[in-house]
Amino acid sequence: MRRISVTVNGERHEAEVEPRQLLVYFLREELGLTGTVVGCDTSSCGSCTVLLGGESVKSCTLLAVQADGADITTIEGLARDGELHPVQQAFHEEHGLQCGFCTPGMVLATVSLLAESPSPSDGEIRLALEGNLCRCTGYQNIVKAVKAAAV
Amino acid sequence: MAVSEDRVVRGIGHSVKRFEDGRFIRGRGNYVDDIVLPRMLHLEFLRSPLAHARIRSIDTSAAEAVPGVVAVVTGELLAQHSLAWMPTLSGDTQAVLATDKVRFQGQEVAAVIAESAYVAKDATELIDVDYEPLPPVTSPQQALAEGAPVIRDDKEGKDSNHIYSWEAGDAAATEQAFAEADQVVELETFYPRCHPAPLECCGCVADVDPATGKATIYMTSQAPHAHRTLFALVAGLPEHKIRIVSPDIGGGFGNKVPIYPGYVVATAASLLLGQPVKWIEDRTGNLISTGFARDYHMRGELAVKDGRMTGLRVNMLSDNGAFFADAQPTRCKAGLFHIVTGSYDIPAAHVQTEGAYTNKAPGGVAYRCSFRVTEASYLIERLVQTAAYELGEDPVEFRRRNFVRPDQFPYKSATGFTYDSGDYEGALDLALEKLGYADLRREQAEARERGELIGIGVATFTEVVGAGHGAEYDIAGLRMNDGAELRIHPTGKAVLKLSVKSQGQGHETTFAQIVAEELGLQPEDVEVQEGDTDHTPYGLGTYASRSTPVSGAATSMVARKIRKKAQKIAAHLLEASEDDLEWSSGRFSVKGAPEKSTTIQDIAFAAYTNIPEGMEGGLEGVHYYDPPNMTYPFGAYAVVVEIDRGTGQWKVRKVVAVDDCGVRINPMIVEGQIMGGLTEGFAIAAMELIDFDEDGNCIGANLMDYLIPTSWETPAFDLGMTETPSPHHPLGAKGVGESATVGAPAAFVNAVVDALAHAGVRNLEMPVTPDKVWVALQEAGLGG
Repeated sequence: MRRISVTVNGERHEAEVEPRQLLVYFLREELGLTGTVVGCDTSSCGSCTVLLGGESVKSCTLLAVQADGADITTIEGLARDGELHPVQQAFHEEHGLQCGFCTPGMVLATVSLLAESPSPSDGEIRLALEGNLCRCTGYQNIVKAVKAAAV
Repeated sequence: MAVSEDRVVRGIGHSVKRFEDGRFIRGRGNYVDDIVLPRMLHLEFLRSPLAHARIRSIDTSAAEAVPGVVAVVTGELLAQHSLAWMPTLSGDTQAVLATDKVRFQGQEVAAVIAESAYVAKDATELIDVDYEPLPPVTSPQQALAEGAPVIRDDKEGKDSNHIYSWEAGDAAATEQAFAEADQVVELETFYPRCHPAPLECCGCVADVDPATGKATIYMTSQAPHAHRTLFALVAGLPEHKIRIVSPDIGGGFGNKVPIYPGYVVATAASLLLGQPVKWIEDRTGNLISTGFARDYHMRGELAVKDGRMTGLRVNMLSDNGAFFADAQPTRCKAGLFHIVTGSYDIPAAHVQTEGAYTNKAPGGVAYRCSFRVTEASYLIERLVQTAAYELGEDPVEFRRRNFVRPDQFPYKSATGFTYDSGDYEGALDLALEKLGYADLRREQAEARERGELIGIGVATFTEVVGAGHGAEYDIAGLRMNDGAELRIHPTGKAVLKLSVKSQGQGHETTFAQIVAEELGLQPEDVEVQEGDTDHTPYGLGTYASRSTPVSGAATSMVARKIRKKAQKIAAHLLEASEDDLEWSSGRFSVKGAPEKSTTIQDIAFAAYTNIPEGMEGGLEGVHYYDPPNMTYPFGAYAVVVEIDRGTGQWKVRKVVAVDDCGVRINPMIVEGQIMGGLTEGFAIAAMELIDFDEDGNCIGANLMDYLIPTSWETPAFDLGMTETPSPHHPLGAKGVGESATVGAPAAFVNAVVDALAHAGVRNLEMPVTPDKVWVALQEAGLGG
């Protein structure tokens, strides 16, 4: 077991983890943050996307021990004081989700994109989100949501 | 009670923002893997590495010795409880855990139950199975060849791999049409095996309470009530002691219709161990062992006389995998494939189908399609396109001349379907207008002069959904009916309980709008509940675009029952005769005296506080709907592609999709469904493929090999609509979830073929990958 210290959604956690435990399972099972989900096991789908130091990463591809000392934001940490983050609000307004399984990862990838590129074109959005699969929406309304959030 | 102010009730036709979004955008969805119960154990499967082998022995001792392992379950152990085999949705049997042989790569051989998923996974690798390899059968042609190894030697007297022969239509009349034809056009094509691959894999948490004997099974189920009944029949558990709870589901697309070994083994393990057991499938398990789709080898012949389609002859050979586990109505061995005459008035047709066992995964489900209508639609739309080229005619004009005309509805097709309503030419005209078809044909001709290749593909499909009339359509004997139960609380808020189950379709919003339309409540005053079999009415579930056609109709009907009672209460409140009342937007008023009125909210309160003498209290009801017919949504899709002659890559320039699904309840949600379906149709046409090598190894066993389109590959969509209500549905709605996946693949493939058609190219097989196009370019002398 290895001892790690991580800040998740502004709260500091000290924990003993198995060296092989993936970050996504640490978040889900040790911290109970089940908004981050697993879709593929091969870093292909992006359902497990979280922000690590503000950048989107796939938490099925990181070990929990690699996140030692990191500042992590999950979907649960995005709304502030009960107010939805503009990206969350935009996904709702533009019907950018259906089953909701990809949504936390898609929202966080969008937050990361807009931090780097505040007003991306359709093409830039489609390229930037290619690491996050959605099976339901056909992406068009997701692109609309990203643009709406960018304004 | 205060009289409600007049306001617009956001019922049918309003794009109400979805109520279910709130939890999903906050990461507060409740998917099956989010469920954690005290003392819960974890199940992991050992799967077969071989496609076909006899099991000589299984040694589980090393796995059992791993600290944290509670039990290792084998087929032999299940056999002691008569659970080694289970019935399928097609009346066959399927191994839960292999006993005698493994019959496909990825088949479940043993299960480890342990205190953590990591430990369970570790232990599976210590199970020692001694296999005697057998020759694998990897195609239905090979399966039916003389001397092929018999895959299902477990079935007494089974000496071949043939599963079924099934036909529809009139062979003699069809022969006659071909004998009299001016021209006969043929197309042989293969709709390859693909997989619904919802982003959430399958799984369950089985919790059998040792004190009460009650089995609560949280599972990824599109059909919780049907699954409860099947569990009762399979496991012999009393049905009232089984509760299936379908929590939030992360996409289904048909994949979550069958019963899988994981559900059965987890439940059996929980029963034997007295602790909850969780099984969460990994992606490879999902792709290699659960319900695939398609795998139809098809040959179509079209007889044409004087420019009219006069006969259609279709032969189909289906690859069903190792167990016949297709999800489909009992009497239809090839599903609804015989809808293959499509949108065309073809007087004679004959469809002959055969199914075969192979050493591949079982469970042919209809990946976003109503029981094989997708394969049928693909064949006829490709065949019609081919025929137009052979006749030297514009594919659009050839279609137009042969459509079933609006004045022919209800239209009886040559294979026995009664189409409810349609205006195929109207949808086509709109699509062509949006596309700028005539200009594009000119541009295509000019581009060819410059040596550039542009293709225009059209598909004018008709679907058959909303199963179905109970006397004709059943699953495992259960009539395909669905229920709705509606309770109006004293303060005018309502709870609607449904037998269907959303996997992302937005039922919590759409069905609330139906109640809103019928009763004049605002949709946010209606909570929609689904998925828990202890607390919802019986029905067959959500697939085959049947939620709105069946449970939606049930919702309308139950709301109308409640309105009838409300009218009696209103008469009492207004001291008027029932016959003197009229209803509009949530209130009854006295005819000719509109100031004398009472709202549905006032009536609801009165139902619990002030009812007429002799009336039963409360304001609630239940309705089970048996559709008088299927519904027949249709559409016209048009795709423009550009081909790179050097690489064979094709790029989508434009997609126009005109859909007619009857009355649209929530247009925003309907369009969302269409765009999702178009994307899955594009995916199948362009990249998705579950393939096998000659040893039966599955290629496409993870999302690096099984290609799902990203936002980058997915084209933008230009949508249009026409509205031809269903005459037999109480709201005129037809269902829409699958239309786009049914219509789109042919439109995309037709577009690529069209770019090469002038050089004689007639067919490209899906997925239409650049290498296939490149070869076709070389063969046609069009290479760059």
